[in-house]
Amino acid sequence: MPDPPAIEAHDLTKTFAKGNVLALDGLSFETPPGTVLGVLGPNGAGKTTAVRILCTVLIPDSGRAAILGLDVVRDAVAVRRIIGLAGQNAAVDENLSGRQNLQMVGRLSHMARGQAKKRAEELLEQFGLTNAASRSLKTYSGGMRRRLDLAAALVAQPPILFFDEPTTGLDPQTRKDMWTWTERLVAEGTTVLLTTQYLEEADRLADQVIVVDHGKVIAQGTPSSLKADLGSTVLLVTLENAETAQRAAALLGPLGSRVPIVEDAQVEWSVENGPKAGSEALRALDAAGITVLGLVLREPSLDEVFLKLTGHRAESGPPAAGTQTSPEAVGRRVRSAR
Amino acid sequence: MSTVPVNKNAALRPSGRLEGIGWLVNDSLTIAWRYLAAMLRLPESIVFSVIQPMLLVLMFRYVFGGAIKGVHGSYVNYLMPGVFVQTVAFGAVVSAVGVAEDIQKGIIERFRALPMARSAVLAGRTLSDLTRNACSIALMAGLGFAVGFRIGTNVPAFLAGLGILLFFSWALSWGFSFIGLVVRNSETAQVATFPILLPFTFASSAFVPVRTMPGWLQAFAKYQPVSQVVNACRALMDGGPTSFHVLIALAWCFGLVAVLAPLAVRRYRRPA
Repeated sequence: MPDPPAIEAHDLTKTFAKGNVLALDGLSFETPPGTVLGVLGPNGAGKTTAVRILCTVLIPDSGRAAILGLDVVRDAVAVRRIIGLAGQNAAVDENLSGRQNLQMVGRLSHMARGQAKKRAEELLEQFGLTNAASRSLKTYSGGMRRRLDLAAALVAQPPILFFDEPTTGLDPQTRKDMWTWTERLVAEGTTVLLTTQYLEEADRLADQVIVVDHGKVIAQGTPSSLKADLGSTVLLVTLENAETAQRAAALLGPLGSRVPIVEDAQVEWSVENGPKAGSEALRALDAAGITVLGLVLREPSLDEVFLKLTGHRAESGPPAAGTQTSPEAVGRRVRSAR
Repeated sequence: MSTVPVNKNAALRPSGRLEGIGWLVNDSLTIAWRYLAAMLRLPESIVFSVIQPMLLVLMFRYVFGGAIKGVHGSYVNYLMPGVFVQTVAFGAVVSAVGVAEDIQKGIIERFRALPMARSAVLAGRTLSDLTRNACSIALMAGLGFAVGFRIGTNVPAFLAGLGILLFFSWALSWGFSFIGLVVRNSETAQVATFPILLPFTFASSAFVPVRTMPGWLQAFAKYQPVSQVVNACRALMDGGPTSFHVLIALAWCFGLVAVLAPLAVRRYRRPA
């Protein structure tokens, strides 16, 4: 019999009675043990709902999900013994000290008192919180709190971890530290499901990415395969102003495989052959008397994958009123500055 | 061939019947410890929580005491059992606010994802409330003795009265935790509980004899649980026929726990 996937979801649906919101609309995916699955999507895409179902906190309306073959509804208690949860929804107790928090989680994970104490000290040490260990969490900075939150998820050394937007609102240094810790855990054999709005984060950490929008998986693959779908290279030309940019876009429309994206004085194409398209663009613009201020060739980012797939930016939340989602419409849409 | 990573440290996870009584006790005590440890980190919260009932004692004893008629014997002896009951009733607001705050802040979410006994969060909560109430009652009793309160019966009867009082406070903790679970917001919990508490504590025999109230109000004031518990405490502490009042009060306490505890636990277990 083949080993079960670390995490699997089959046709999960969930509607919240309040506001009659369809949060999950047939979400399905699988991830093998020892890997990082990045769940990418804007606010309200259903990422957190999916995590809550997988962590046995929420019951799906229909569909089925399992952790290492254990059903999250039927075998909920067994599932809780092999998972750890960190991120925006699972909090630590701010009226207690860091040490007390970790000891409490240890005791509630049914460790013996001595073991819970020992494990708490290990984690405090590992996350650089030993000096602040007996202080109330009220005195902790946002980064310290997040480190403690991660430590709390690791108390019982679960083989499966759920990180729900673990770095949202974190300073760059703590974010990098989180990434390093995650990589270390995965190297030790832990499976991580990570939800994020940051494409950079998924790009850096995830072996596989699923893109979720309106409660469904709309794309999946490795970060590089998703980027490859876009065309191999992005050509970015900077012009004098928005008006010349529009003219350049019209002139060089057929250059790339897709309609160019115009943002202020910049035009962006995805192209198959970067250098060739670049020199063609320069020649044509020169011939038309349009001054080129800059030209850049680069790899596409997951950000662009996201924009292409959903018709809206990852960070921007739900699409603005009147936004169409066809690729053409996306191409024509003038992007707001990031 | 890949192998499924199983528990890397099996020794950290003692096996056993998870929902067994042992774990329920372990988890409830851990949760109770959590609340008490948090309280000890904020000693001023304990002080402030008893200041209000203490002021009430002084106010009724010295401000209204002279004007209140229809009480046989010393008013302070009549007053103190009522103040005790009122203290635990208002103390129950802390349960509602605490539970709502836990939901709001997301700590309940973490508890739900832990392999702990489901009912332990509320059992631990009410257990810590019981401890807190015992402390405030001890303080109130001290103040009472200082302003002239004397036991009219005997010490065992007085202690039995305190026992009924704490039983009643425990029943209220379950009910108010249920309110906290329903409203899910600490400010709402605060304002939602006062309209329930005021009629029950003031339209009762806590401060004035029920027979001084208008007839329509007497019907409510006479039979509602706060009055019954006050009557039982008064009988045990100050004197008078006890067995009838004590039986009624105990029946109320058992009845409230039998209804409110399952209600709260069911609400907690109900997945969102």
